[in-house]
Amino acid sequence: MNKWDQGARLWARVFCAVLVALFFAFPIYWLGAISFKTADEIFAYPPVWVPASFDFQHYFSLFKDGAAWSVWNSLVTASISTLIAMFFGTIAAYSLVRYKTGGNHLAIWIISQRMIPPICVVFPVFLLFVAWDIVDTYYGLIILYTAFNLPYVIWMMRGYIQEIPLELEQSALVDGLSRWAVLWKVVMPMVKAGLFATAVFTFIFAWNDFLFALILSRSDVVTFPVKVTGYFGAQSSLWSKVGALSMLGVLPMIFVVGTMQRFIVRGISMGAVKG
Amino acid sequence: MPNLKIDRVNKFYGDVHAVKDLSIDVPAGEFVVLVGPSGCGKSTLLRAIAGLEDISGGDIALGERSIVNLAPRDRNIAMVFQSYALYPYLSVYENIAFGLRARKTPGSEIKKQVDWASELLDIGGYLDRFPRELSGGQRQRVAIGRAIVRDADLFLFDEPLSNLDAKLRDGMREEIKLLHSKLGKTFVYVTHDQVEAMTLADRIVLLRDGVIEQVGTPLDLFERPNNTYVASFLGSPSMNFISVEVSGGGTSMTLPDGQTVAFGSSQFSGKLAAGNYLWGVRPEQLSNSASSESTLEATIEVVQPTGARSYASFNIGDAHVVAELDAHAVNTEGQKLTLSISLDRTNFFDPVTQNVVR
Repeated sequence: MNKWDQGARLWARVFCAVLVALFFAFPIYWLGAISFKTADEIFAYPPVWVPASFDFQHYFSLFKDGAAWSVWNSLVTASISTLIAMFFGTIAAYSLVRYKTGGNHLAIWIISQRMIPPICVVFPVFLLFVAWDIVDTYYGLIILYTAFNLPYVIWMMRGYIQEIPLELEQSALVDGLSRWAVLWKVVMPMVKAGLFATAVFTFIFAWNDFLFALILSRSDVVTFPVKVTGYFGAQSSLWSKVGALSMLGVLPMIFVVGTMQRFIVRGISMGAVKG
Repeated sequence: MPNLKIDRVNKFYGDVHAVKDLSIDVPAGEFVVLVGPSGCGKSTLLRAIAGLEDISGGDIALGERSIVNLAPRDRNIAMVFQSYALYPYLSVYENIAFGLRARKTPGSEIKKQVDWASELLDIGGYLDRFPRELSGGQRQRVAIGRAIVRDADLFLFDEPLSNLDAKLRDGMREEIKLLHSKLGKTFVYVTHDQVEAMTLADRIVLLRDGVIEQVGTPLDLFERPNNTYVASFLGSPSMNFISVEVSGGGTSMTLPDGQTVAFGSSQFSGKLAAGNYLWGVRPEQLSNSASSESTLEATIEVVQPTGARSYASFNIGDAHVVAELDAHAVNTEGQKLTLSISLDRTNFFDPVTQNVVR
């Protein structure tokens, strides 16, 4: 292959990469643009691609009327439920892999719980939460997200733990570690990438949840997806506020995925290639 | 330093009886090699000693202390695994120090021990590297280093050289033997390689189907095997087995092709009762150099030169026989030779029980 061919191929690859990046980045740009546009700009035809001014009045108004708290509520419920699900899910997965807990079928049964359509369980759960008096509380949402995400965490972590050579753990046992210490000092470092990747996806599930939050929150712990829908009215919709609140909701995800990208890529490709 | 006592140990996997009523005493400081084919129970036994496998019955004791009910970490045993089992996220230094840190050894003591082990194993230059940056041989040294830094009562090796290439294996074998003499600790070593067993062991324990076939020094097993299984397992090329008939006076035997081999003044003369035997003769017990009272005629079919010596194959009746001869004396296929037999070093086996006849 001559140099010209190599150069042409490189440019073709760059062109394709830019095209794909634009395709995926455009909706986020458009959302951001709406959050800065005036009402006239939002409904203008042909569309206004770039807002005339970039003032943050819609964002300020979200903080003024307290709507921005919904992002905090999402952050609290998604983060804490992710941490709890990761903690218990990883231990459960270790037990399934190394102690064959529940035989060969328990793992399948556990993941099957994740396949239940949320709408089927949300009303029984609502009645239960009413009885327990935890509707519209952080506890309620955290318990539900944890329960709903645990099967996913167990299933994913089970796969990662299976990849760890057994001799590595046995060597640590002989060297002087207890089972718990083996879990923290050998297994955790070995599945670090998978742990982060799973945590990110678990967080995203909780972050994006609309249905549970809609039914199980009223005013105190309304999460941002529920709050956003409040700006849609029968007569008119507050598009600029929808844009601003949605941007506030998207930014933490961009931050999480951006900082964890290295782990996510390694995590989701773990076990794909024998190293 | 305590001795290791394995007393009537049994291990079942479901219906499979992997280790059968097995007993061995290993005196302190001895290098014992458990050898046998795949599935003979040798690794199971080693893992049971380490506490990685529960036993179904019997007892394992270090000194006066039974260790059967102790967790692996409480047995004060160090183990080297076949796959090295190095932690990929830790440097060589941290890998070697791992066991010491697990036992809360002070930092200064850890450094002293790691420096000592790395010097002994010649890996001092790699302490900052990670396992992925090392060759197979270097990784194995690190794995051994991790075991020896601990003041363990017993060192277990589970086929530690089987992932290395042949040349490296020879070198490491020598180093392990040297290490044993320097440390003076008790080593229990598992391998399926008879050369490793022969070269390393003070004593060999040869297993088959979870049962000990023979225990003894390498030369014991090689020269005085209890049965054809032991005889054929050790030695390469393995022992030749030829069906023979010993004559009435016990002074000669008839080979399958009708040749008669005189016992002369050998130990067997007049000692073997008349009848059929399996005669076990090793390739090196047949020669074309020294003259002997006992000889046999052979027409060479295949010659395999190995350098100074050549393996010459021929048939005696339906028995395929290999002789190890001086390379210069045998060079053509079809060559007719009169081979001298070191008859005193050969063995006779009962064709039915396969046990040696002494």
